[in-house]
Amino acid sequence: MPGEAAAVGSSVEAVFREERGRLLASLVRRFGDLDLAEEVASEAIEAALTHWPTDGVPGRPGAWLLTTARRRAVDRLRRDRVLATRLAVLRAEAERADHAPPADADRDLPDDRLALFFTCAHPALAAQDRGALTLRFLAGLTTTEVARAFLVPPATMAQRLVRAKRKIRDARIPFRVPGPDELPGRLPTVLQAVYSVFTEGYAASSGPDLQRIDLAEEAIRLGRILRRLLPAEREVAGLLGLMLLVHARRDARTGPDGALVLLDDQDRGRWDRPMIEEGCALVVVALTGRAPGPYGVQAAIAALHDEAADVASTDWPQVVALYDVLLGLMPSPVVALNRAAAVAMRDGPEAGLALLDELADDPRLRGHHPYPAARAALLRRLGRYDEAAAAYRSALTLVGTEPERAYLLSQLEEVTTE
Amino acid sequence: MLYGDTPHREEPNVKYMLLFMSPMVDGEVVDNGCSFEDWIRYDREMKDAGVWVSGHPLQDLTTCTTVQVGPDGDRTITDGPFAETRELLGGYDIIDVPDLDAALDWAARSPGAVGTGSVQVRPIAEIDVQV
Repeated sequence: MPGEAAAVGSSVEAVFREERGRLLASLVRRFGDLDLAEEVASEAIEAALTHWPTDGVPGRPGAWLLTTARRRAVDRLRRDRVLATRLAVLRAEAERADHAPPADADRDLPDDRLALFFTCAHPALAAQDRGALTLRFLAGLTTTEVARAFLVPPATMAQRLVRAKRKIRDARIPFRVPGPDELPGRLPTVLQAVYSVFTEGYAASSGPDLQRIDLAEEAIRLGRILRRLLPAEREVAGLLGLMLLVHARRDARTGPDGALVLLDDQDRGRWDRPMIEEGCALVVVALTGRAPGPYGVQAAIAALHDEAADVASTDWPQVVALYDVLLGLMPSPVVALNRAAAVAMRDGPEAGLALLDELADDPRLRGHHPYPAARAALLRRLGRYDEAAAAYRSALTLVGTEPERAYLLSQLEEVTTE
Repeated sequence: MLYGDTPHREEPNVKYMLLFMSPMVDGEVVDNGCSFEDWIRYDREMKDAGVWVSGHPLQDLTTCTTVQVGPDGDRTITDGPFAETRELLGGYDIIDVPDLDAALDWAARSPGAVGTGSVQVRPIAEIDVQV
């Protein structure tokens, strides 16, 4: 596709992004095929862009889009007997009409997106493809945009999406909301898919930009949709709260020159207070009731940072206590590393360093630059500058983004002149 | 009711093959410790639910022979599986269920899924489906 056409195409997609996810979900429920749904949804949106400017926007735009897309799908199936046979659509169409979930009060279409979330994040799909499918089908991004999000060439992403869709179709991964018995087992991959979009956007694993804000915002948008669809699930509240409480610090995270600013040194006046308030309210939801889940606990830790006036007045004992809970829920060396950093704030750098040294042989931390970087910072506070320099150097051999490299280099320079 | 939402699509069921795999260590199959009675019970459950199509346990490793035909048509016959084989197929069942979730549920209920065992779930390729 030539560049200009691609640019126009993606702005069209952007306008209808929210509508597209709903439309796709309704079409998948009716026709049971992601490819067909994608095709006719795009055609309906194109038709809307042709007709609405001259004929006016219809009273029920969602219903207009769905009717247009359905007509196209039925036409397609009349022409393509093989596809029609596979989908057994002529029989199914009539039987399905009355299965539709109730429409939202403020919308003219029933919301089928929850089932689509569970299809896109099905555990039978590769973990890396779940986030991509969720971005493509629920957030409504184009394949090129999804490719950019995950820093892979568009052709590679297109191939991955084709393969994942083929698995959904041929292995018959269902399009349905799991029942109450299954939900606790199935929700984590959905939350993980959304959170992977957020972390990818927030701290790009490599490349020149530290943050890709629009991707983090896409993840938050997905989190809000999920929160509306599953209001009783506290981990959904926890996930959305966590994302908001981290994203609230976005403006303070980079300096005027684009350099990384760590939590300790951030200008807290630049944090987004309304976003923090919204996040804190969600933490209350996530932590009320039975034992909290990992997203709720991580959100609570983020809230303690966001509510503190500065580093010194942060409630470190409470932060450490929450890391203890988190370590019980997800025993990972990365959590242990963060806990050690919090212990260093509560009990002093020596205590933190002792905990970090216990993790030295963990193979899962090999290649993880925050480990040597955290050691370096504590060694420096203890005045052990040569060792700190060595630790900064080993972090520098591992680090991904340019701003992180620049930050570590500046620290190394300071420590070698101290 | 196992699932919360009734399937919307009135599509024909899919057949899946459940392949019961055991790891091989130093040329020996590692037994996962389930009993003959466990398999009998599982077999009965599948038949009672009306999902079972066919299936067999396989004879043990000592009876396995591998055949390979070279580019010039030469047949090479070797005792046992390939030396590098890390997993051995111990048996299979073919079941007829609505979707992957149902197939995965049957796989998880099998005695072959516990301990060192694992179950591969593969949809059967239906070529030329007619309604």
